[in-house]
Amino acid sequence: MILARVVGTVVATRKDERLVASKLLVARPLDPSGKPDGNYLVAIDTVDAGFGETVLIVSGSSARMAAGLKDCPVDAAIVGIVDTIDTPADSPKK
Amino acid sequence: MLIGRVIGPLVSTVKHKKLHGAKLLLVQPLSLDGQPKGVPVLTIDSVGAGVGEKVLYLIEGKAAQDALGRKAAPVDAAIMGIVDAVDLPGGAR
Amino acid sequence: MQMARVIGDVVATMKDANLASHKLLMLQPILPDKQPVGRPLVALDCVSAGVGEYVFFVRGREASFPFLPAEPPTDACVVGIIDSWAV
Repeated sequence: MILARVVGTVVATRKDERLVASKLLVARPLDPSGKPDGNYLVAIDTVDAGFGETVLIVSGSSARMAAGLKDCPVDAAIVGIVDTIDTPADSPKK
Repeated sequence: MLIGRVIGPLVSTVKHKKLHGAKLLLVQPLSLDGQPKGVPVLTIDSVGAGVGEKVLYLIEGKAAQDALGRKAAPVDAAIMGIVDAVDLPGGAR
Repeated sequence: MQMARVIGDVVATMKDANLASHKLLMLQPILPDKQPVGRPLVALDCVSAGVGEYVFFVRGREASFPFLPAEPPTDACVVGIIDSWAV
């Protein structure tokens, strides 16, 4: 799983029928110190995440194991909202 | 899943039998600000996308097979949706 | 999937038993303008492609699917010969 921050939403009216009613969010992967790296991905939201929140994203075929996504054609799903990240030693939090 | 733009169709007569009838489209990956980024990928289209349209595509085998509707097909990329709008409250950066 | 040009044949007598009798092709991935991109790679072939042809290939676990129920250990396989494309 990866940490990411929700930076936006995607609207797609015409899509695979198994994705109808799914919420699509744009997320930027974060390093443990909370800094975004250059990439982005679009993920299905299964936990009602919102703009600006730090989330957990499961990717690859495991994304279909998230709630409600069995047999859906997805490769990334938001499966948690992060409260805090505690990294001992000197790295800064969240 | 990623956002890209359909840049053209691709025609192939000789192909694996599980790909027969599949619509193949070349997709240029886009960055969040809509600029081309990276190498174009060849995808299976399951939603009826057209050249120039902004699409949502994914690169993952099982999901691409689901899009094609054929189990154990040798495919790894598929278009899943046509993007109407991308809303980035904080901007692309 | 990605586009490539077949730039050679690879012959290997000693190889994994599950690769026996499979044809190996050397591919150069290309951009839609036919410019080479990235490193050449070796792929299996399920469509009888030949040197000089433009093909498309699949990467990852799916590369072994054309040979089911056999599962040759490969991470790339040519799955189609390209007639044309328009960009």
